[in-house]
Amino acid sequence: MSAVDIAAAVRSGQRSAIDVVEEHLARIAERDGELHAFNLVLADDARAAAAVVDDQVAAGEDPGPLAGVPIALKDNLCTRGIPTTCSSRILEGWRPPYTATVVDRVVAAGAVVVGKTNLDEFAMGSSTENSAFGPTRNPHDPTRVPGGSSGGSAAAVAAGFSPLALGSDTGGSIRQPAALCGVVGMKPTYGAVSRYGLVAFASSLDQIGPLAETVTDAATLYDVIAGYDPLDSTSIPGPLRAVLPSLGEGVDGLRIGIVTEMRPGIDPDVLARVDAAADALTAAGAKVDEVSVPAVVYGLTAYYLIAPAEASSNLARYDGVRYGLRVDAPDTARMNAATRAAGFGDEVKRRIMLGTYALSAGYYDAYYGKALKVRRLIAADFERAYTQFDLLLAPTTPSVAFLLGAKVDDPFAMYMNDVCTIPSPLAGHPAISVPFGTGAEGLPVGVQLLAPPLEEARMFRGARVLEEAVR
Amino acid sequence: MPDRISAGDAAHVAVLARLALTADELERYTGQLAGVLEHFADIDALDLDGVEPMTQPYPLTNVLREDVVGDCLDRDEVLAQAPAAEAGRFRVPVILGDEG
Repeated sequence: MSAVDIAAAVRSGQRSAIDVVEEHLARIAERDGELHAFNLVLADDARAAAAVVDDQVAAGEDPGPLAGVPIALKDNLCTRGIPTTCSSRILEGWRPPYTATVVDRVVAAGAVVVGKTNLDEFAMGSSTENSAFGPTRNPHDPTRVPGGSSGGSAAAVAAGFSPLALGSDTGGSIRQPAALCGVVGMKPTYGAVSRYGLVAFASSLDQIGPLAETVTDAATLYDVIAGYDPLDSTSIPGPLRAVLPSLGEGVDGLRIGIVTEMRPGIDPDVLARVDAAADALTAAGAKVDEVSVPAVVYGLTAYYLIAPAEASSNLARYDGVRYGLRVDAPDTARMNAATRAAGFGDEVKRRIMLGTYALSAGYYDAYYGKALKVRRLIAADFERAYTQFDLLLAPTTPSVAFLLGAKVDDPFAMYMNDVCTIPSPLAGHPAISVPFGTGAEGLPVGVQLLAPPLEEARMFRGARVLEEAVR
Repeated sequence: MPDRISAGDAAHVAVLARLALTADELERYTGQLAGVLEHFADIDALDLDGVEPMTQPYPLTNVLREDVVGDCLDRDEVLAQAPAAEAGRFRVPVILGDEG
């Protein structure tokens, strides 16, 4: 049952929120031991929240557009009094003293939080294997990764544990796992969704966004979470356009460009689905053509200098002073260094090293400074493409889900998973991955639609057409 | 692109990053960072003269609010999460002086 169907049934009194949440908790109990989508299942809290929703309905009140809909939260979203780990030992046991704005918004809309989902530690990774609490497995084939870093959220939706989940996307961390798990995943325009209460990884890139089984569900969740928040100084002031009202308007007359540079190195089974998506959009009346966005080929380099640089600064706060782990030492400097060495995992240390190096005296201009200029080129090339096209079409990932352990010893091979998803956050633009059939081994393939800033409504229209075409 | 990162560079970076790494970790990261940085040489060929660095996507600057008292975090709740606290403050080991 989709999120919108659940909300309609609960709002009309046809189904109780308690009944809905019990059904989902039963599925979690049955299969999450195998998949490990969740770091924490909040069964009692979920039942209590569902009871509140049912009371509202009984009292003739409207609990909201997500009435009684179970939702899973990536475990880097702060929830007051409830452990928030970022899948890191350094935050194990931490109970935040405040709640993320997005969580307040979904709860105010009637959603029922069922748990906190696994991720690559501090959202650094593309397979959810970098979690301190063990990997999440892909529901379509448990020998394979779910993608990452929002792998727990994507797996939760794909396994039917919750029709909705929230993730965060810095270089593809919503869209890549969504593609590998066969669900919808969307990264909003930078600033469209409040990041208050999202544990920071790379602040000029991070955005929170929806994962869902259907495009309509993702659109519904996006409309609930989007909008100005005074608690986030990077939040875009002023009202944002809702995406639901125009969702069914189709793509007739839209110009859609297939990104030339996002084809080399992509597996043929994935490219075949991109071409099929182009055909489907053409059949729906869009004018589809190839477009060159030359600078995106430098996206990986720019990203893996900028994101680690920002991370090295953001993660300086884990110093054993105010929260989380402390490893005792005779003085504070040694306590800081011992705490961080014990609390961070391998990939987080690697990225802190990379970022610190890229920012250090003598290397700043050669690495970080240069990456910022490349970022400008990428944004400018997108801008040029959008003078001729309304949307862009590309693969989401280079391949279908790979085997657990396949890339853990080769950081660069792992980074290559993000090659098609990285350019959008560098530019600050929205993008969505839509499941579009299957590739090798019958595994899900996602195709990606990219849009200019704040053109989420147009992007969702295209996503809806793709979804209809594979039904 | 600068010279290949050395073990000495990596050790210096670990100090800057406040990471007490083991010798094994330092050796592994030195090799892996050098490998990753080699891939990043692709941007060396670009002519970036006159290109304005892009630090963030949305051109917001100096976001201000009215200087009025609002809600803030509960001090006891915050300190309850600290590894050590005393008299309403975070407690840490010695910072200055004898670093013995």
